[in-house]
Amino acid sequence: MTINRREFIKANAIAAAAAVAGVSVPAVASNLITSSDITKLKWDKAACRFCGTGCSVNVGVMDGKVVATHGDIKSPVNKGLSCVKGYFLSKIMYGKDRLTTPLLRMTNGKYDKEGEFTPISWDQAFNVMAEKANDALKKDGPEALGMFGSGQWTVQEGYAAVKLMKAGFRTNNIDPNARHCMASAVGGFMRTFGIDEPMGCYDDLEAADAFVLWGSNMAEMHPILWTRLTDRRLSAPHVKVAVLSTFEHRSFDLADNGMIFTPQTDLAILNYIANYIIQTGRVNKDFVSKHTNFRLGETDIGYGLRPEHPLEQKAKNNGKTKGSSTPIDFDEYAKFVSTYTVESVSKLSGVPEHKLKELAEMYADPKIKVTSFWTMGFNQHTRGVWANNLVYNIHLLTGKISTPGNSPFSLTGQPSACGTAREVGTFSHRLPADMVVKNPKHRAIAEKIWDLPEGTIPAKPGYHAVLQNRMLKDGKLNFYWVQCNNNMQAAANINEEVYPGYRNPKNFIVVSDPYPTVTAQAADLILPTAMWVEKEGMYGNAERRTQSWYQMVEAPEGAKSDMWQVVEFSKRFKVEDVWPEELIAKKPEVRGKTLFDVLYKDASVGKFPLSEIPEDRLNDESRDFGFYIQKGLFEEYASFGRGHAHDLAPYDRYHKERGLRWPVVNGKETKWRFKEGSDPYCKPGSGWDFYGKPDGRAVIFALPYEPAAESPDEEYDLWLSTGRVLEHWHSGSMTQRVPELYKAMPDALVYMHPDDAKKRNMRRGDLVKLISRRGEVQTRVETRGRNKPPIGLVYMPWFDASRLVNKVTLDATDPLSKETDYKKCAIKIVKV
Amino acid sequence: MKNLNLAAIASLLVLAVSPIMYSLNANAADKETVNSVATLRDATPIDVQKEPNIIPKVINKDIKQGRNYPMQPPVIPHTTRSYEVNKNNNKCMSCHSRHRTEKSQAPMVSVTHYMDRDGNFLAEVSPRRYFCNQCHVTQLDAEPLVENTFVDMHTLMKQKTTSAKEH
Repeated sequence: MTINRREFIKANAIAAAAAVAGVSVPAVASNLITSSDITKLKWDKAACRFCGTGCSVNVGVMDGKVVATHGDIKSPVNKGLSCVKGYFLSKIMYGKDRLTTPLLRMTNGKYDKEGEFTPISWDQAFNVMAEKANDALKKDGPEALGMFGSGQWTVQEGYAAVKLMKAGFRTNNIDPNARHCMASAVGGFMRTFGIDEPMGCYDDLEAADAFVLWGSNMAEMHPILWTRLTDRRLSAPHVKVAVLSTFEHRSFDLADNGMIFTPQTDLAILNYIANYIIQTGRVNKDFVSKHTNFRLGETDIGYGLRPEHPLEQKAKNNGKTKGSSTPIDFDEYAKFVSTYTVESVSKLSGVPEHKLKELAEMYADPKIKVTSFWTMGFNQHTRGVWANNLVYNIHLLTGKISTPGNSPFSLTGQPSACGTAREVGTFSHRLPADMVVKNPKHRAIAEKIWDLPEGTIPAKPGYHAVLQNRMLKDGKLNFYWVQCNNNMQAAANINEEVYPGYRNPKNFIVVSDPYPTVTAQAADLILPTAMWVEKEGMYGNAERRTQSWYQMVEAPEGAKSDMWQVVEFSKRFKVEDVWPEELIAKKPEVRGKTLFDVLYKDASVGKFPLSEIPEDRLNDESRDFGFYIQKGLFEEYASFGRGHAHDLAPYDRYHKERGLRWPVVNGKETKWRFKEGSDPYCKPGSGWDFYGKPDGRAVIFALPYEPAAESPDEEYDLWLSTGRVLEHWHSGSMTQRVPELYKAMPDALVYMHPDDAKKRNMRRGDLVKLISRRGEVQTRVETRGRNKPPIGLVYMPWFDASRLVNKVTLDATDPLSKETDYKKCAIKIVKV
Repeated sequence: MKNLNLAAIASLLVLAVSPIMYSLNANAADKETVNSVATLRDATPIDVQKEPNIIPKVINKDIKQGRNYPMQPPVIPHTTRSYEVNKNNNKCMSCHSRHRTEKSQAPMVSVTHYMDRDGNFLAEVSPRRYFCNQCHVTQLDAEPLVENTFVDMHTLMKQKTTSAKEH
């Protein structure tokens, strides 16, 4: 603090006070309103709309409008805090361009793919949708229909959509945007543990002695978890924080051991740590012998590109065997990782040897409780499932798992990626409670709960997110409904693999959104959508916590929730329109009924009367359909998991709690799974029980380092990484409409090293073009921002609708999880 | 339903007598919604890119901005370029901490910042509030792309008192 600055402030403050004085001081300074009739706010709890942390917020309503939001003091997740986005939740519903009427591309009063967006009624919208869906069904069958949903759907919305697609239309072509986000985490869990989602919980944050951030930038992407980690690090001085990333970011502000590694070499670092643990004799032999198996995984599995791509032609094992593995013993595993020495890995990764050793020692020391966090760094990775497997290896070798502070913790990106995408099973291969469509027993369970004839659910997994775009382009997927996401901005390689499919004349594209997004711009029909507390719903966060909220305000006139849209649309189809005769013959009483009757009203979804909704509560959807539909959808969905280690509490209880972590058994939530004493599903006397696997043993996988799909070369000489920023949620469709958030971070800049800029004769603020083999995007150079990339790598976030960085990215995926790698492709940058 | 904490009450008082009006967005472009879909792109076709505007400057006037509601973290009215906030140093607190405000005349951090997770007051700012930039952000001199129609509770209350007087 210098005196000069204070004088400056003083002078300016006086000038400013004078400038505004005449405008507003006399008008309102005269009185303070105190009458409680007028000052009273109606407060209620809701889950935050944004990230996977799952903060609870208090929402203040006055005269039918949200007027305030703040962190919920009663929530164990955030204890009264919100991040800057959370504090501005109050304003996300009030962008002036909220959509309030369906818009159809029309010319001269008729639908025309090349026409102008024209307001139509909901009735007209459903008419044209039904016509287009029926056309596609008749011509090419259920596989011509598809839906792209969201980890931001409520649990009920996701469940209603899965039921309509998988049981109603009998297609598995439904996938959530969580495919871009969590699919590799799911793959990792299923492969190592046989059951999805983290074993630990946020209580680990107050119990750990050391934290390792693998590619995760929690400071910006999970800010409230970061406040808890910071609280722990600064209040308990023995605690250490290691941060690994391909560029320096805000989380390095707290790092005791910050490490910048060459993209993709995280795989080698993970294997080095395993090797270090073995070489220094710190394997927890008792734990390993009782609770683990070793397997050698298939290698050279390709990059999830189109089959004709040279990389796929070259890959040896990108066919059906790519996820296979064979049993090995500890010695074979030790030999496998023995080549990952500190010298070789330091050379490969660029991380100094002493930093690698310090990191490995943290894991190896039996006295240090370690929690590892990761999100998109591991998941958006062409070897994402492997990366997840490899970090579990380290925790399993040391037995540092499922006890307070010992936690390999896969964080979730979206508010209900766990709840809606994973638990409900809105993936193209999944059903609720970790079940999969290709397993006949699982299909039979679902058909029984849904009271539908055997054979209703198709056995073949549907098109996943990236394949949906390819199939749209190829004209195989012709009726496509996008809800609650902005994939024209979010998907990789927009130019070659996304935009062409939406505009393919064979296809009819419906986009539901509160706002006119880039994806809406590419649609044929736009449906105006109610959001967040304009409807009742539930989200499931990254620590298995399920939270609910009531509808608190009315949506703008004309806007309807995603769930209402799905369920209302189902009224347009008779069973005989969509099911073959032989299926109807197995259950003749469904003939003449609509999908609405069969899937919702007459199913267990419809059994809760409106009288169960508290009288003072809004609930537009239920009052419209005539039954308490959110409760019905939840209770039917919950019956999949109860008694099968996915137990959820009765619906009404969630309205009273700040969420509960499943499995909820005998009314009690579960903090640490797989540990006897804290998880009721563990066999007595087992100590640890990884009951997702038939023999109760988790798997330690031998998997190698393999190179990225695309690396810089002479022409395309820079790595490009993309990602989010603190101030904006995903594509910015909500937060860019909040003036304070917009003004805090209005534009996506390209963050680059000053030397890289200098070498190209560029300065901060210069207009430049990022060019890849697939496309280009223009932006301006930032050399002194919050992200500090090393020489050879640049970072550009994707929140900015005016600068679509995904025109440049590569649609290479992890062949196992089908999740895109948004963190690595090769580009060049030129001055415009 | 909800306990208003001390800080919220304190800020409510401040807000109620505050002369500042909430007209942040008054000048935002009033875009036609129906015919210009994709407002954040200025209706630019997807396969075209509009030239990116120059990087706006941080507003550095030290004029406090009004809050949209009492519990909103205030935005930072000055530049924070090269402010270090890391495990060794917190530059923000060199003006905003309790024992520096007399000298700096900067606002003291809210009392909530002294509370730990369980609501107990500490002798110093809680480490859970250590990284100021998680909630407090600077504002760039950029015109919002879309107007926001959020209504301040104070406006609603004023409307009610006015209509009560008229009847």
